[in-house]
Amino acid sequence: MLSIRNIVKQYAGHRALSDVSLEVEKGQIYGLLGPNGAGKTSLIRIINQITAPDSGEVYFNGQKLNQNHIERIGYLPEERGLYKKMEIGEQMIYLARLKGLSRAEATQRLKFWFDKLGMETWWKKKIEELSKGMQQKAQFVATVLHEPDLIILDEPFSGFDPVNAEIIKDEILELNRKGATILFSTHRMESVEELCDAIALIHKSHKILDGKVKAIRRSYRNDTYLVEYAGEKLSFDGNQPFDVVSELTGDDNTHTIRLKLNGNNTSNDVLQYLIPQTRINMLQEVIPSMNEIFIEKVNLIA
Amino acid sequence: MNKVLLIIQREYITRVRKKSFIIMIFVVPLLILGMTGIIALVAKNTSELSSEQVVNVIDQSNVFAGKLHNVKNIKFQPTKQSLEEAKAGLQGNEDLSLLLIPANYTKVPVQIFSKKKPSFKLTQEVENQMNTIATTKSMVEHHIDTAFLNTIKKNKISISAMEVTATGTKDANVGPTMLVGIACAIFIYLALFIYGAQVMRGVIEEKTSRIIEVIISSVKPFQLMLGKIIGVGLVGLTQFTAWIVLSIIATKIAGQAFSSPQSPMMGALAVLQTIPFGYILGCFLFYFITGYLLYSALFAAVGSAVDSETETQQFMFPITLPLLFTYILSVSVLFQAPDSPLAVWLSIIPFTAPVAMMVRIPFGGVAVWQLALSMSLMVIGFLFTTYVAARIYRVGILMYGKKASFKELAKWFFYKE
Repeated sequence: MLSIRNIVKQYAGHRALSDVSLEVEKGQIYGLLGPNGAGKTSLIRIINQITAPDSGEVYFNGQKLNQNHIERIGYLPEERGLYKKMEIGEQMIYLARLKGLSRAEATQRLKFWFDKLGMETWWKKKIEELSKGMQQKAQFVATVLHEPDLIILDEPFSGFDPVNAEIIKDEILELNRKGATILFSTHRMESVEELCDAIALIHKSHKILDGKVKAIRRSYRNDTYLVEYAGEKLSFDGNQPFDVVSELTGDDNTHTIRLKLNGNNTSNDVLQYLIPQTRINMLQEVIPSMNEIFIEKVNLIA
Repeated sequence: MNKVLLIIQREYITRVRKKSFIIMIFVVPLLILGMTGIIALVAKNTSELSSEQVVNVIDQSNVFAGKLHNVKNIKFQPTKQSLEEAKAGLQGNEDLSLLLIPANYTKVPVQIFSKKKPSFKLTQEVENQMNTIATTKSMVEHHIDTAFLNTIKKNKISISAMEVTATGTKDANVGPTMLVGIACAIFIYLALFIYGAQVMRGVIEEKTSRIIEVIISSVKPFQLMLGKIIGVGLVGLTQFTAWIVLSIIATKIAGQAFSSPQSPMMGALAVLQTIPFGYILGCFLFYFITGYLLYSALFAAVGSAVDSETETQQFMFPITLPLLFTYILSVSVLFQAPDSPLAVWLSIIPFTAPVAMMVRIPFGGVAVWQLALSMSLMVIGFLFTTYVAARIYRVGILMYGKKASFKELAKWFFYKE
C-alpha cells in the first residue's frame, strides 16, 4: 500500500530523517512511534506531499507518489485548525471539494457523519463558537469525509476527553474494517498495543525498529516467566532449572517468583520441577511491553 | 486548476458576504454625494452676500462721488465725516464698511475698512466699479467719445485654454485634469495598500489558525496563494465597479440638485466631461490589476513569514517604500510636471509605475511607447514578484516560532522543494 524507501530530509540546522524505509500493508493500522522531535511529522508531511524529501522515494499502491494520490489520502495534522469565522458545514464541504468531491456528494456524506456523531445542529455554527473538543470532532470528520484509502493521523487522541477519544477510536477501527489503511503517529505507547498491527520506531531521525507488533514483542522474549504458587514458601538449592530473579509473598499464603530459565530448559521443566513440591496457581511468560521495548531501544542508542 | 477556482470562490464569497463590505459599497458614494453637496452649497453661499452691506465713501479725490452705483446687497453712501469719526462708527455694525479714496488714488492705495474682513464679493465689486470709473475718466480726459466707449464696454472676454495636439484642438482644462490626476494617484495607492494588506491578513489567518497544513495537503502552496490573490483582487474590482457606478449616479444627482446653469460647479462638471474617462478608467484598471498582483504577492510572502500581524512591520516598510515615495512625489511635484524625466522614469519602473503613471495619464501626454513599455514591464514585474514570493511562501507557511529576517527569507528562497 505505502512503501517508503530510503527517505532523507535535511533541514538547515538538523537532519529530520536519515535513510528511513518502511512498508505499510493494505488494511493495516500502522503506528509511527517516537519521542517528540524524532522526525515523525517530517515523514508524515512527505507522505502528504507537503514537503519533498532530499532523496528517497515514496510509492503509493505501487505507483510513485504524485498529485493524483492526494485525493486518496486523508490527513489530520497534529496542530489542529480550521477557519474560525467560517460556518462549519460550509467549511467541511469546502475541504472535501478540495479533495475532489462534488458539492452534492460532500453534502450527502457530511449529513451522514453529522448524524452519526451527533453533530446535526452544528451545521450553521462557526468554528469559533465550538469548544475545543467539538472542533476536534469536526476536524476528524473533515479528514475522513472523502473516504480516503489511507488515513494519516498525527497524534489523533491528543485534545480529546476520554469519552470522545473512545468514540474516535471506534470510528477509526470501523473505517479500518471497511478497508481503510491507517497510519498514525503517537508517543503514547499504551494506545499502540491496543490498536496497531504494525509499528515503526523512529528516534533522532533514524528508524530503529519496525515490524508487526506481535512479532516484535515475541522477538523480545527473554525466557522470563512469572509463577504463582500457594503453600509453604519454597527454598531453592541451585539445582532447579531456572534462576530466581525476584520473589514476592502475597496474601493467602501465595508466592510469586519471577524467574529466568537456565540451560536448555523450557517452561515444562519448570512445572515438572515445581509440581511435586507445591500447588501452582499460574505460570505466565513475561513479554516486554512496547513501552519497555521503546525505552530500552532509545536508551541503547543514547 | 479546478482547485484554484474553488479557492478563489471561497476567498471571494467570504469577503463579499461580510457586512463591512456591503456597508463600504454604499458609504463611499454617499460620502462623495455629501461632499459634492457641501462644496456646492459653500460655493453658492460665498458667491452671494447674505445681508445688505453699506459702504461709506470718503472721496478725497472727488472723482468717484455719486458714480458708484448700488448693486444687490451693496449700498454706497458718501459721507462728510472725518476718517477718525467714520472709523469709530464701524465698531457698532458688522455690515458697515468705509471706503477711503485718497486724492492721489493712482499713486496711494485705496483702502477699505470694516469690523471684519470684508467679503471677497464686496472688494471685487468695489474694485470693478472704481476701475471702470477711473478708466472712463482717463479716456474722457484723452477725448475719447463716451458713446463709443459704451459700445466697447459690452465686450466680455473669458479665456479657455486650448491644447493643440495631433488629433485636433481640445480643451486643456488644467485645473480639473490635475485634480483627476491626483485623485487617481491617491485612489490606486490606497487600493494597492488596502487589498494587499487583505491578502497578507488572510495568509496570517491561515497560518495562525493552523488550517494551512490541512489545505496544503490538498493543494499546492502556490495554488493557495494564487487563489487567495485572485479572490481578493476580484473583491477589489467588485468594490470599484460598485463605487464607480454609484458615484456616477451620485454626482449626477448632486449636479442637478445643487447647480444652477451659471454656477462655477456646473462649469467644473462640464470641464470634467471633456476628460477621456474611458481611457483613464482602462489604464486605471490595468495598473490596479498588475500593480495589485505585483504587490499582493509580496504581501503574501510577508504574511507567510510571520506568526502575527504585529511582526509584519520590519518587512512592510521596505516593500511599501517605493509606493509611498511615488505617492508623496505625485501629490506634491509630479502633477505639476507630468512629462518631466523624473515622472517618465517613475512611470516606467514597475514598482512605482501604478501611481506615477496614473498621475500622468489624465494629462494625456504619455507617449505610446512609454505606455507600452511601462505596461509590459508591469507584467514582467508581477510575474517576477509572484515567482519570488511563491518560493518564500511555500517555506514560510510551515515555519512557526522562528523569528524571520531578510537573511532567513533569502535562505527560504533557495530551499529545494
